[in-house]
Amino acid sequence: MGIIETEDLTKIFDGFTAVDHIHFSVNKGEIFGFLGPNGAGKTTTIKMLITLLYPSEGSASIAGFDILNQRANVRENIGVVFQEPALDTELTGKENLDFHARMYGLTQETRKKRILQVLTLVDLVDKKDILVKLYSGGMKRRLEIARGLMHSPTVLFLDEPTLGLDAQTRRAIWEYIKQLNKEEGTTIFLTTHYMDEADFLCDRIGIIDHGKILVIDTVDTLKKSVGHDVITLSCSDSRQLQMKLEQESWVSNITPHASFLTLGVERGEEKIPTIFDIARTINVSISSIDVRKPTLDDVFLYYTGRSMREQNPEAPRSRTTRPAGFHLRRRKE
Amino acid sequence: MNQKDLQAIYMLWLRQMKRFFRAKSRVLSTIVQPLFFLFILGFGFNIAVFPGMQGSYINFLAPGIIAMAILFSSMFTGVSVLWDKQSGFLQEVLVAPVSRLSIVIGRTFGGATIALFQGFIIMIIALVLGVPIVDFQGLLLTIVIMVLLSFTAVGFGLIIASKMRDFEGFQSIMSLILMPLLFLSSAFYPINDSLPIWLQILSYCNPLFYMIDGIRGSLTGVNNVLHPLVDLSIIFAVCVIIMGLGTYFFNKSEA
Repeated sequence: MGIIETEDLTKIFDGFTAVDHIHFSVNKGEIFGFLGPNGAGKTTTIKMLITLLYPSEGSASIAGFDILNQRANVRENIGVVFQEPALDTELTGKENLDFHARMYGLTQETRKKRILQVLTLVDLVDKKDILVKLYSGGMKRRLEIARGLMHSPTVLFLDEPTLGLDAQTRRAIWEYIKQLNKEEGTTIFLTTHYMDEADFLCDRIGIIDHGKILVIDTVDTLKKSVGHDVITLSCSDSRQLQMKLEQESWVSNITPHASFLTLGVERGEEKIPTIFDIARTINVSISSIDVRKPTLDDVFLYYTGRSMREQNPEAPRSRTTRPAGFHLRRRKE
Repeated sequence: MNQKDLQAIYMLWLRQMKRFFRAKSRVLSTIVQPLFFLFILGFGFNIAVFPGMQGSYINFLAPGIIAMAILFSSMFTGVSVLWDKQSGFLQEVLVAPVSRLSIVIGRTFGGATIALFQGFIIMIIALVLGVPIVDFQGLLLTIVIMVLLSFTAVGFGLIIASKMRDFEGFQSIMSLILMPLLFLSSAFYPINDSLPIWLQILSYCNPLFYMIDGIRGSLTGVNNVLHPLVDLSIIFAVCVIIMGLGTYFFNKSEA
């Protein structure tokens, strides 16, 4: 039996089904990720698991404790880093950490040690005595992460852990999450819409969309399931080239992006000369071309029919700039 | 209730102390506002003659204003759960491995400490203005009633906060519930047979009436309707019920 088990877990808000009868299991000691666009139901799932929301239907257990009937035991076993800020802005950074440490019953010695440790990790040592309301958005986020890592829970929930952070801090946090997982055996459940984050951190991934889990598997298996190479190219007239290439039988799928095209093909390196030939016949010049193995982005596209790639993976944007595709979907609903 | 819960209570209490004393404007306004009432009403109505009232009007008014200061401040603490809800901090508190009861107790103690701090300042100013204390036991009883009043008001605030999603309704609650409670509480004028009977009945249905009557009876020893100990037992019962409901509703609410 897994350390997290869910059975038909469902949440309905005023007729809108945010989480739709999901069923999954997380093994002890693994890093499990929920990958999906904003509004897919990731946060709602977490909130039910951490006893902040009551499920409309179904149930779940964490470390063998039922989330409905053994809520206190569940809380004993979990740590959470929330997606939205959950800090007291009228307290200093250090006071926020101290509050947390005492709420989790850490001894004075551990408290001091851990506070310094996590502050160093997120590079906030010299800001520790400043009121949180004077922190920048990124600093708040880092403090929040630091707090979530302070006590060593059986299961650590990370809801979009590196949202809005710079590349350097993200790396540091990823490394720390890995280390925490390896050294302390902490099971980690995270949600993200960053492909590279899921790829780097997770042992297994569940792709979630519209409140349903589409597929759960290891990252490698998922990538293999796409089953072919991906060619990315940019050219002078991608519309025209796309129309021409769509007629070719060896192109299994083709997707236009803002400034480039992606093609799913078999034996990609052999297809590059052919593509150049075709482009020449219609007077389109190709400025760059690239063959690669499928990424999680391609996996996501394969299972949902939509891309998440517009979210630049190394430079996370704020929540307000969602990729156009997701807005389109919402309007359709 | 184990060690962890006690530490959580202490921590929640400490947090409120820090927040309160850092918000200088709040410290000031919550003390100045009742003082306005005490001075302006006190001296404005001092020449008025109320049937059946003994002593000066300001002696009559002071217990009401002390209660008012505590009531407002404690209600605010209860309702301020909403702030925590909106800022997200409540989630942090709710997932912590401490009992819901200790969270409610921590908040109540925090709110009560602040409210009593304000109540005592008003009381000291009232004493300086010449409001007499009947005796030392009376003073002790007054403090007990002040504590119970504060607990009740925090509990009441918690109930309201659990029923509201945001602050839109806050203003209407203040004017629709708090103001009538205060005007029917004998804080500003004595409740006796010279009033219309419906007004008397409404006043006797108002828990705040017994609290102010109790403070008046125990502190100044005049103008009270019931014996302070009778008031005390009613206040105690009300406090237990409201605190119970407050805890229940807080438990039920989702973050």
